[in-house]
Amino acid sequence: MKNTVNQIVEKYGSDPTRLMDILIDIQESAGYISKEAIGLLSQLLHMSQVDIEQTITFYHFFSSKPQGKYAVYLNNSPVAYMFGREAIKETLEKETGIKFGEVTADGLIGLYDTACIGMNDQEPAAIINNKIFTRLTPYRIREIVKHMREGKDMDELRNESYGDGKNNLPSLRSMVSSNIRRKGMILSDDYNSGTVTREILPKISPEAVIAEIKHSHMRGRGGAGFPTGLKWEFCRRAKGDKHYVICNADEGEPGTFKDRVILTEKPELVFEGMALAGYAIGGDEGILYLRYEYRYMKNYLYGVLQQMRDNGLLGKSISGIEGFDFDIRIQFGAGAYVCGEESALLESLEGKRGEPRDKPPFPVEKGYLGQPSIINNVETFATAVRIIQNGGEWFTQFGTDDSTGTKILSISGDCMFPGVYEVNWGFNVEDMLDMVGAYEVQAVQVGGPSGTLIGPAEFHRTLGYSDLSTGGSMIIFGKQRNLLKDVVVNFMEFFIDESCGSCSTCRNMTQVMNNKLKKILSGKGVEADLIDLKTWSKTLNASRCGLGQTAANPIVSSLKNFPHLYNELIQKDKEFDEGFDMEKSVQAACTFVGRVPNFNHH
Amino acid sequence: MSDLIKFKIDGVECMAESGKYIVEAAADNGIFIPTLCNMKGVKPKGACRICTVRINGRLMTSCTTPVTDGMEIESHSEDIQELRKSIVELLFVSGNHFCPACEKSGNCELQALGYLYQMMVPRFPYEFPLKPVDAKSAKIIKDQNRCIFCKRCIKTIKDEEGRSYFAFRNRGHKLEVVLDEEMGNKIDDATAQLAMENCPVGSILVKEKGFTVPIGKRKYDKAPIGSEIKL
Repeated sequence: MKNTVNQIVEKYGSDPTRLMDILIDIQESAGYISKEAIGLLSQLLHMSQVDIEQTITFYHFFSSKPQGKYAVYLNNSPVAYMFGREAIKETLEKETGIKFGEVTADGLIGLYDTACIGMNDQEPAAIINNKIFTRLTPYRIREIVKHMREGKDMDELRNESYGDGKNNLPSLRSMVSSNIRRKGMILSDDYNSGTVTREILPKISPEAVIAEIKHSHMRGRGGAGFPTGLKWEFCRRAKGDKHYVICNADEGEPGTFKDRVILTEKPELVFEGMALAGYAIGGDEGILYLRYEYRYMKNYLYGVLQQMRDNGLLGKSISGIEGFDFDIRIQFGAGAYVCGEESALLESLEGKRGEPRDKPPFPVEKGYLGQPSIINNVETFATAVRIIQNGGEWFTQFGTDDSTGTKILSISGDCMFPGVYEVNWGFNVEDMLDMVGAYEVQAVQVGGPSGTLIGPAEFHRTLGYSDLSTGGSMIIFGKQRNLLKDVVVNFMEFFIDESCGSCSTCRNMTQVMNNKLKKILSGKGVEADLIDLKTWSKTLNASRCGLGQTAANPIVSSLKNFPHLYNELIQKDKEFDEGFDMEKSVQAACTFVGRVPNFNHH
Repeated sequence: MSDLIKFKIDGVECMAESGKYIVEAAADNGIFIPTLCNMKGVKPKGACRICTVRINGRLMTSCTTPVTDGMEIESHSEDIQELRKSIVELLFVSGNHFCPACEKSGNCELQALGYLYQMMVPRFPYEFPLKPVDAKSAKIIKDQNRCIFCKRCIKTIKDEEGRSYFAFRNRGHKLEVVLDEEMGNKIDDATAQLAMENCPVGSILVKEKGFTVPIGKRKYDKAPIGSEIKL
């Protein structure tokens, strides 16, 4: 133990800002992070034990007790339930003899819930020891548990059945499918990796790159929609010892998986985009912050990076341009939705809890390690390469005036053909539903839980920054679904679990509102409860980050667009209901003293 | 004088040194903006959100936002006051704050803000969560029922090597502020005393010693919070 911890800490130069890497390595080598390991880290890194534990306990995939030789993390997003998660869970519990949250007595198998793992188009899905298992059925679960008992290794467990596209490559070998249904400039196969770096960059200055991106009017693809060219320009101008290019691949918004597909099929395009950004802002270091759920891609992506170095697309004096040095490393997260928020991502990159920072200062001025940094989405970097290849003017012909270019949508739920679709901005919801074969649709969750839940009355609306803004998550719910019980509660619980807890508003208000929603669902609600939900949600606007500010959106948008669902549940003849059953609450006490609860007959 | 700038709070002309955080700049001009997590001389982290103000239509925390020339700040409007009151109420219902039985009563900033905003009964249902009292340390009692997660102890109470005695544990609704077991046993009297004083509520108590000033004669028993700032 001591030697292992020593070696791991040494590997990262005894640098506390690399605590995430250190903890991931310890977790993977021992299966958990023991009290003993924490004590050793405390000495080696000169931090108190509680200081190390505060990072450990922030992240879902770190554990302070053994997780089982095979740790099964079963996704619990609404779409998983729609496709049979309950049966998978029951089978797992029956076959292993334990409940979720437990480990078998022999330490072999542990069962855990986990938030959306980016496989919404092939649910139910689970992660077992960093490998992905999709389209699970009770039969397959029995087979997997049997193989685990036989001690088969992970590659055998996967039954040699690999997914489509590059998931078949020996370096990836994953059961995951890419499900590409519609290709545009990003997903098309007509770009030869390195063309921009080799043929265009030697001819144009960094300022010209930024000017071209600005001219394209591209806005960030992560969801917030900040103009990319402007971000790069601010960062280039900011003074610092070093400038950093950071790619946000933490896609944790339930229902999105397009970054997983882009990184599987077009990783060279993303990395070339990062190098291009490095050239533009004057930075020589890039970091891909990749969510731990995608750990299965680790060797594959490192392989791609190595190949790009071998081909001269990364490294020193790239394309013979003096001073154009750029390389990329991969930083893994460890299970925290909030780290998709750019400043929380920076905190995590520095080995800390992923608590968003106060702004100003913005990351372009003070980002990673206090230095000017740009943080862009996977899709943004990929798009930037095509803009520089073809020009900003060319790019503006796609999409609409305020939303140029294409958008890759992750579409899942009740439809015939879930998967990724690259469309021009300005696409309307009706066409989208027809495109994916969705019939009898009750609602679409646009932009994930933090976005909006819309009904048929709004299906004429278009996708774009000025109408329905989205990072790409589109979840379709058919008429047969119970929206409040199966969707809204699930999303509220997601936000409660994923809040960093720093702001008083987001830490508490989500819980208060979810309790109220449950009161309504139990039939105890009254009209005043609906008014409370609307009024109280405003408190969340005072939260520091986007997660907190939008954490009540599942309730707020369902209340706005599906008021009848709430009105059907509330009691019309009452103005007030305390929300609990007094007789039931005092039953135990009454039984004990031999009295009958009697409140109504005095 | 050259770096003095002008700004307005609720229409009142103010002046301050450029770069000062709004909450301090306001205080210099005799205007009180309530805070809980903020401490003078300590890097702010807008955690409690009590000091929220509106600037250019956006809600910002005044403890973390530097004042700039010509800035117009809205602080005492009805909806901002209502927001602050609801945050105080949220803090009350999410913990177990029983003022009459609390050692900090009269010196507690949360209680004082409850009075300032004339909170009668919180509008939110009480959660009455089950929370432990950690009395393992030889010197300190950490009562989790009263913690409001302001981070003041985490940021200010450190040993000579700069290591923190206190830290967060877990996240979201399960968040706790915990005391390092090993360091908590070795903490010296002065540091323990400082930890208790820096806590805005009664979550950190020094063992075997109550407060010297009796209830009724304490800071906020005499005058409401913010009185020392208001002109």
